This record gives sequence, structure tokens and C-alpha cells, in this order.
Amino acid sequence: MRLELSEVTAGYSARNVLMSLSFSLDSGVIGCLLGPSGCGKTTVLRCIAGFEPVRAGQIIADDAVLSGPGFTVAPELRDFGMVFQDHALFPHLTVRENVQFGLHREPAPKRAARARDVLAAVGLEASLDAYPHQLSGGQQQRVALARAVAPRPRLLLLDEPFSNLDVDLRLRLSHELRDFLKASGTTALMVTHDQKEAFAIADEIGILRDGVLEQWDSAFNLYHQPATRFVADFVGRGVFVPGIVRSESEVEIELGLVRGQMTRPYAPGSEVDVLLRPDDILHDDDSSLTAEVSDKAFRGADILYTLSLPSGAQVYSLVPSHHNHAVGSAIGIRLEADHIVAFDR
Amino acid sequence: MKSPVRIILLLPVLLAVVAGCAPPDDTLVVYSSRNEELIKPVFERYTAETNVNISFITDSAGPLVERLRAEGENTPADILLTVDAGNLWHAASDGLLKAVDSAVLKRNIPAHLRDDQDRWFGLSLRARTIVYSSQRVSQDQLSSYADLAGEQWRGRLCLRTSRKVYNQSLVAMLIAQEGAARAEEIVRGWVANLATEVFSNDTSLMQAMVAGQCDVGIVNSYYFGRLLDKDPEIPLRLFWPDQDGKGVHVNVSGAGVTRHAPHPVAAVAFLEWMSTEVPQRIFAERNHEYPANPSVAPDAKVSAWGEFRASETSLVKAGELQADAVKLMDRAGYR
Amino acid sequence: MLPKTASPGFTGTGRRNGSDRWRSVAAVITIPVLLPLLVILGSVFVPDPDTWEHLLEHVLAEVLVNTLWLVAGVAVITGLLGTSLAWLTAVTDFPGRRFFSWALMLPIAVPGYVMAFVVVGLLDFAGPVQSAVRDLWGPDAWFPVVRGRAGVIIVMSLVLYPYVYLITRNAFLTQGARALEAGQSLGLSRRQGFFRIALPMARPWIAGGLMLVVMETLADFGTVAVFNYNTFTTAIYESWFSLFSIRAALQLSSVLMLLVFVAVLIERSLRANAHYTGGGSPATARIRLAGWPRWLASAYATIVMLLAFVLPLVQMLAWGWQNFARDFNTRYLEFVSHSLLLAIISAGFVTATALLLAYSLRNGPGAFAGICARVATLGYAIPGAVLAVGIFVPLAALSNGVQAMLDILLGSAAPTVLLQATLLTMLVAYLVRFLAVAYTPVESNMQRVTRSVDEASRSLGISGTRMLRRVHFPILRGGLLTAMTLVFVDVMKEMPITLMTRPFGWDTLAVRVFEMTSEGHWDRAALPALAIVLAGLVPIMMMIRRTEHAA
Repeated sequence: MRLELSEVTAGYSARNVLMSLSFSLDSGVIGCLLGPSGCGKTTVLRCIAGFEPVRAGQIIADDAVLSGPGFTVAPELRDFGMVFQDHALFPHLTVRENVQFGLHREPAPKRAARARDVLAAVGLEASLDAYPHQLSGGQQQRVALARAVAPRPRLLLLDEPFSNLDVDLRLRLSHELRDFLKASGTTALMVTHDQKEAFAIADEIGILRDGVLEQWDSAFNLYHQPATRFVADFVGRGVFVPGIVRSESEVEIELGLVRGQMTRPYAPGSEVDVLLRPDDILHDDDSSLTAEVSDKAFRGADILYTLSLPSGAQVYSLVPSHHNHAVGSAIGIRLEADHIVAFDR
Repeated sequence: MKSPVRIILLLPVLLAVVAGCAPPDDTLVVYSSRNEELIKPVFERYTAETNVNISFITDSAGPLVERLRAEGENTPADILLTVDAGNLWHAASDGLLKAVDSAVLKRNIPAHLRDDQDRWFGLSLRARTIVYSSQRVSQDQLSSYADLAGEQWRGRLCLRTSRKVYNQSLVAMLIAQEGAARAEEIVRGWVANLATEVFSNDTSLMQAMVAGQCDVGIVNSYYFGRLLDKDPEIPLRLFWPDQDGKGVHVNVSGAGVTRHAPHPVAAVAFLEWMSTEVPQRIFAERNHEYPANPSVAPDAKVSAWGEFRASETSLVKAGELQADAVKLMDRAGYR
Repeated sequence: MLPKTASPGFTGTGRRNGSDRWRSVAAVITIPVLLPLLVILGSVFVPDPDTWEHLLEHVLAEVLVNTLWLVAGVAVITGLLGTSLAWLTAVTDFPGRRFFSWALMLPIAVPGYVMAFVVVGLLDFAGPVQSAVRDLWGPDAWFPVVRGRAGVIIVMSLVLYPYVYLITRNAFLTQGARALEAGQSLGLSRRQGFFRIALPMARPWIAGGLMLVVMETLADFGTVAVFNYNTFTTAIYESWFSLFSIRAALQLSSVLMLLVFVAVLIERSLRANAHYTGGGSPATARIRLAGWPRWLASAYATIVMLLAFVLPLVQMLAWGWQNFARDFNTRYLEFVSHSLLLAIISAGFVTATALLLAYSLRNGPGAFAGICARVATLGYAIPGAVLAVGIFVPLAALSNGVQAMLDILLGSAAPTVLLQATLLTMLVAYLVRFLAVAYTPVESNMQRVTRSVDEASRSLGISGTRMLRRVHFPILRGGLLTAMTLVFVDVMKEMPITLMTRPFGWDTLAVRVFEMTSEGHWDRAALPALAIVLAGLVPIMMMIRRTEHAA
């Protein structure tokens, strides 16, 4: 199913939480809305699910309008599955009954078979008759997922599905979830505030800030070609340093001349801020350019150095971990960027 | 699930339809604070004799009066039947009872046992008198209600709570007969003589006396009669005080016709019948009371307690002075 | 699939309209409750200086002190008894635990005035206990004062602790073991875990139970009257029945009502800060008491059970037996069936209304619905006879109005209307009185029906009444059963409202008790009182079994 949001505005009482939001999700694609808490991402999901009305714009599934101003198809008629942040399992039903709950249109034998299949797919075939409160957090999450996908929904919505889980479990389940969704060809939209989760699962990611969609793109493009300063800041690590555009592929900063393709064109002489990612600054013992190590974080294969420039500005550098330098020492660095991300100063 | 829910929702409606009707039009309706056991045999007898049906509702006097007030002109009640002259007096003075001009009632019920405007009539009589331990007190040590305030009874007196209307009427009569100042002195004397906390009812008071907690007390005569029924050998006797003075304090249970009675004529006829010999006897006998009609002799058991001279101060005073009596008792620390 | 244009069949009402509708439901439920309260409050416009002067000078100081002691004492003891017993039966294991878990509920079926009369009869000077003490140790042997403050506090606590027990036990059963385990991992002993984690987590439920206890204590007349213990409520009755000032009585009731309203608001605001989901798994394994504590637990439960239930039951049986031949007749069948009919229908009706009110609060949140819910539950704190008048006055006025209209329309053919004394009236009156009793357990269970549970159900295609049936009712079942049982038992025991609003000739067991006690036949009241207790046992046992099952 293809989902399309067209200039959707929504909100509670006097406040608009979403402002003219547009994006679309093609069949079989896994989308993700990423943003800090309070940005409105859960509201987007609730509008799509039909729990909240929209004030303007339309939500369209394939060719049918599901929500418009003064018009909301009831959630139970949308055939969308949803996985809730708190799982919202029915406490009075067993795992099996929870999963069968949405299969009420199927005949009983089919229902049982489908529930078994789905639960097997999420690795819970052993806990069919357990009650939700007897399960661990990770297991509950899997039941919630199984319950949502069991009726083969046209679209699966996931609201911070891993937020109650510990870090290790999160990453493992994210990969499992992606495999599971891809295997079944389910179109899905997830919201989260955790970019690792988003990168692990999603094909396409939207960055939401205060109800406005800043960018809808692949993970690679969000990182390397952020459309706004906010996206640049929110996705990945990096710092802005001041610079002056010298040509269409050169910007001069404190560390020297950065060469690469500009993602946004600026006239020579423009004063801009240039985004420096940790992987843009390489360690080179032979370089004449040096900076002082003000902090370091050992990360196994590499070390993330925080470097102080003479002007007081700080930049990051990601260095293979055999290059071990003490805090306070000066190390040689080299600039190497394929493309230059710059914004108005 | 669905059908029980529906039934629960529907039932009240059905019940309202079934039970929402008033008693049939030719039925006399009595609001009674006397219980079914006492009144029903009398009512049944009346129905047998006259073919007039009687239906009734029992409740405490206070709520019955408020009920009459709220119902106003549409009240189904013809008669208010309750205990204590104070209750009757207040119902009358609130305009809820109407004057009845009946030669029969005037002849059968003495003037001091009915309202001065004939809005209510006493139907049975009870003495609030002195009870004493026959083991520890001799009859000649006793004389009057006021005497119980004397030093000789220090720590030997049992009383029931001042919240009970019978004690309020007793003190109201003391005020009427002795004046407020003297009455307060007497009550203070009683309180000083108490052997223990006041009791919530006459029966437990007398049981405490049997157990030796105190030697004298004041009770309604019929409570003594009930104890005697259970244990004829009980070591307690009644004493008739103030035989040289105003006489024993008596109270009534009585009735009046309601102001908006739907059947005023039938109601009066019923009251007249109640004042005659047979119903007087049945009504009094069932609760060991005295008939209000002086020409009807009390039951043998009750007569055995001895004859006495009753106070002839009009019971109207009990009503008029009841609030004063309550306030006096509160002041005197009589709980 | 749906057409791209808006189809009217699916036009939603939107959130705003929905909550408005729920708010008006709250208002509609509140109106019948509000009317009697307004009748009572209306009294303040006609002052009665004489009576008030007397009350202020000679009565109020004493009754205020007495009432404070009574409420504080009963709250402390019911809190201790109810919470400790709930903890023992919900979380630990000791000999007889299964039996006690339901048996400890039973004292709720014993009317307070019966308990009071039994205790005073047995323990007062003339009773068998003190007589035996005097026989053994001589006439001057010391014995505590029975008809005093301590006595009345203990007696009321013994009949009222089940409210706290029942509601708190529910909390302990569902609050989950994870928090306790977390506490243990942080080095708390089990005992510390109870005081620092389990108890604070159960606080809203304990407070809810205590609120019911306090309201019932304030409104009580029967029990305190047996002890001659003067309280605010006895002052109300004194003004009415002795000083013949119904106005002063209503004014005192208004004061009482306002105080309770403030207390309810305070309790609610405390509770508002404490939102709990039943998170985590409940204790998978009970704490097995070992050694002497397990026998101590059994002994403790046994003593409470003996004092609060076996003792009054045995005494009632003895009295009932003495009077059985004289008083028992076929009419008892009628009394019992009337009582049961009333109690069952009211249990369903009042609980259904409480459920509606809880929904209206859940779906139409805001100050207005909140106030409605608070007001709607105030009737439980008003002395029964006063509330009965408050209910009766508007009903009689309505009835008179209908009568007048019919008289105009139909002339002499108009039937006589008596709306004030019908079974429907009784139901509404019980609703006014007992809504609080049903609302408390329903509301605390409603917290478990989270919004996302609703949404999960709808996203799976189950909505409307099917959702109520398949999701809500099962989750709410424990609370609904508790509510129905409490209302059932309370209606069985209720006297003043039953007396005032019953139809002609429609007598119940409670009416029978009243008739006996009003003429001082305490021993003969035992038979109908016993019937009330026995009839109350059936639903209590059924409910305990069901909730046990659900948990």
C-alpha cells in the first residue's frame, strides 16, 4: 500500500502540533520519523492510524482519502496495525489470545494457525499460554509486534517500539524487525528519537522538528547532505566552523582550504558555517597542520578525539585506535571531504 | 453479556410501573412510628368489623413528619400515629394535623391526654416511673422524682440517655410543674448521682441494675413488663413517685388526622373506634401499656404493678417545653 | 477501497465533540445527586439563631472533639487492620491463608449497630464477661470502660476495616513484584521493601478505602447511639428530633457536607500526583512466612475474624434462636425476597452508573467532569435520614407537580400519583447514597484501561460495544464485582432511605430490623439482622472467588 500525507496540519486545542506535513511511503518501504521528543512525531502516527483528526490536508492510502478536515475514517476501518510504545497488551488475555484478537474475521482454525505462525516468526512459540505480565520486556514487545502484524495490515505503524528496552536488546530487535518486515513485504512507518534505531531499520527517514518536516531522505543523504542546519546537527556528530567561500568547490576555514563539492551553491566571498564531521578530519603525523587533543574517547577500533584549534573552536576527529595520543599533546591533522556542507552564518 | 445488561436497565422501569401506584382509593392510610406488630392486629380487627381497609407505612416520627410536610396537599396519609406527646404536639403546631370535633373522642380520652385544640388524641398510656432493686432498696426509701437528686442516691442512680424523647417529656413536665430553675436543680442532682454513663435503652439500664451497677432508675413501665415476661423472679420493682404531689409522669402514644387527609370522615371514625373498649384493650395489652380511656381496665399483668395516681398536667406542656427541656439537660451535663 | 472524496458515512465526530458528550453524561448523572444536596444546602438561607446559639454553647464543642477522635481513631485502626491483612493474604503465605483471604471480607455484612449492641451486651457491666470477672476477682475487679470512646472506635473499626482490606488487597495483588525486587536489589530487606515500596505504591487505594470509611463513620448514627457517643451526626439528629429544628439539622449537615467535600478534593489532589499502571508482573511466588511468624499471622487473622464476625454471628444466632418460634413466619420469605431484589437491582444500577461516570471522566477529562464526579459521590457522607429528606422533598414536589398537571388535564379522572414511594424512587435514592461506594473501585480499575489499550483494540478492528465487551469489561471485572458487592451489602443494611421511599406494604429485612429496634426489642432484631448477614455472604463469596480467579 502506498501512503501519502499531503500538507497535513493537526493539533490539540489551540495549538497546532503538525504544520503542513507532506511525505509519501511506497509499498513495501520502511519509513521512519526521527526527531527529539515533543516534535510531534507520535501525533503523525496517531493521525495516520485515525486516532486524531487532521485540521487541514489529507492522508491518503493508495487512492482513498482516509483523513481530511472534518472527516476521519475510524481506526478500526483502516486496516492498519499499530505497535504501541507501552505495548498495550491486553492484560486479561494470553499471548495466543492477544495475537488472535485482531483475527476476528477469520474462521477459528485459520486464526489459530496464523497466530502460531506469527508467534513462531518472532520466536515466541513456547509462550503461547503465558499472560503478558509473565513475560520479559523484550518478549512483550515481540507479542505486540506479532499482534499487530497477525491480521496482515496494509500498513504497520510503530510508536517508539523499543523505548522500554535496554540498548543491546534494542539493536538486536531492530535488525530482527527489519528482516521480519522485509520478509513479509510489509509497508511500515516507525517513529523514534533514536537515530541508530532509525538507521538500522528504515529505508527512508524523515526528520521532524516542532511539527515541521525538515527532510525526508535516505540515511546516507541525511548524514552527508543534510538539508537544514537542524538536520545536520541532529543526525550524526559534527561541528560548525566559520569559513569564507572562495570558489564553487572551495571554502577557507581556520584549518585551511576545504575542497569538495558544495551541497548548496554559494557565491565566492559569502560568509558561511561549514559542517565538519569526525570523518572529515583525518589524523596525519606528517601534516604540518596540528591541533591540541583536549579530550579522547576510546571506542575499540577507533578513538574519537576532540581537538582544540588555536581560535578556541573544537572539532572532532575519528582515528584508528593504534594512533594513541595523550590529552594535551598536539597531533597532525588533514582535511578531507568529498563534499562541503555549508549554511549561512 | 448483552441481555443481562438490558434486563438490569429495564427492570427499574418495569418496577416503577408495577409499584408506582398509590393504595386504592377506599383505603385508609396511616403513617405510623409504632411498629407493625403492635398496630396490625388492631387494624385487622377494624377491617373485619367495618370492611374499611387500612394500609400503613412505618418510619421514625421525624421523617414521617417531614414526609407529610413535603407531600402537602397530595399526601396519601389520613392519620399520623406516633409515640410521645412531644412528637404529636410538634406535628400539630406545624399545621400538619387538623382539629377533630368528636363527642366520642372527647368523652373517651381525658382532656390532659389530648391536644387542647383536639388535633391529636392519646390512645395508650405509659408511666415513666421509678424502678428499684428489691434487694438493695426498700420501698419507703423512695418518694419522688426530685428525691432521686438527693445525696442519699450518690453513685446509685441509672438513667437512660437524654436523647430519648421519653426523658425529654419527663423533664418538660418537671419544668411545667416545678419551674425551670427547680427542674434544672433536680436534673443536676440526678447527673451528680449517676452510677455510670447513661444507657441507650431502658432494658440495658434494668439489666445493669440487676447486675448491681446501680440501685434506682427511671424507666417506662412497659419495658419493666417485658423483662418480667422473661424472668418473673427479677429482683426489681416499680415505684409510683409523687403520689402526694403531682402524680406519676405519664406519656402517650397517640394519633391525629392529617390536615390534607383524603378520607377525613373515615379517619375520624377510625380514631373514635380506637378510643372504645376492645381496641383500647388490645392496643394497650400488646405492649404492657395502660388504656388511655379511663373506663377501660388495664390488663391483669399491668394491674399487678399496683394502682397509682397519674399526673394530670396537660401533655400539651410536654410538647411546648420539650426544646427547653433538651437545652436544660444539655446545660446540666445530662448526656 | 474508499473513494477519494469524503464519504459522509465515515464522517467522524472528532475528539472535541466526543468529550463534550461525555461531560454531559457526567452532568446528567450528577443532577439527581445534586438535587438532594441542594435541598440540604438551601437550608442555610433561613437561619435558626435560637437553636444555633444553644448548639454553639453546649453541644458543638463536645461533638466536634468526639467526631475528630472517632474519625481519626477509626481511620487509623481500619487502615492498620485493612492494610496489614491485605498484605498478608495477598502477598504472603501462612496456614489458612486461602480461607482468610475471603473470610476477612465477611464482617462487611454485619451492620454496625448490631455489632455495637452485641459488644455492649457482652462486655458491659451486666454482660456475661464482666459478671464472670466479678465472680472471679470480686466486685471491685478492674475492667475497661466499654461504653466509651475506645469502645466505639474499636467497634466501628471492626465493621469498617473490610473496605480498606478489599480495595488495598486488590492493589497488592496487581502492583507487581518488579518494584519490590528492585528494592531488594538495592539492599532493602523485605520489611523495608513493604514500608518503602509496596505501601507507598498502594497509597491511592488505601486512601480510597479510608475515604469510604471516613464518610461512613461521619454519617453513622446507629452505632454511636448504642454507645451514647455524641458526634456531629447525633447533634444533627438532636436538632431535628429533640429541638424540632429540621433547618438547624440541615444546616449542620451542610457544614458536614462541605467539610467532606474539601477532604475529598484534598484526597483526590494527593492521588492525582500518584498515577500507577499495574506495571510488572505480580509476585510469582508468595513470601512464605517461616517459623513463628506464620503462626502469628494465622493467629492475627483468626482473632480479627473471631471478633469482627464469629462473635456477633454467634450472638445473633443465639438471639435469633430464642425468638425464632415467635417471630419467624412465611412473611420472612417476602422480606428476604424484597431485600434481595432491591439489593441486586441497585447493585447493578448503581455500579452501571458508576461505570458511566468513570467513563465520562476518562473520555471527557477536565475540571468540570472532575467536580461532577466529586459531587456525585458526596451522598455517602450525609446521615441517612437527612439525605432521605433531601431526596424526598424534590421527589414529592415532582410528584405534586405531575399530579397538578394530570388534575388539570383529566379532571376527576386523574389517577393518584405517588412518585415519592416507588421502587424506581428507591433506586435513585440508593444511587445518591451509594454512588461513592461503587465509584471508588470502578475508578481505580479504570486506570488500567489505558488509552493505548483502546487504540490497540481499535487498530485491530474491534471498537464500540464489541471493544467494551471483549477488552474493557474483562479488565474492569474485578472492580465491577467489588462495586456490586459493596452496594449489595450496603443496600441490604440501609434503613432510613428504605423506610422513607419504599412503596406501601413493601417491607424488607432492614425495615424489620428498624421496627424491632425502634421499640427496643434488640434481641428480636437479631433474626432479620441475621438474615441480612447470611444473604450478604453469598455475593461476597462469589465475588471473592471471581476476583481471586481474575488475579
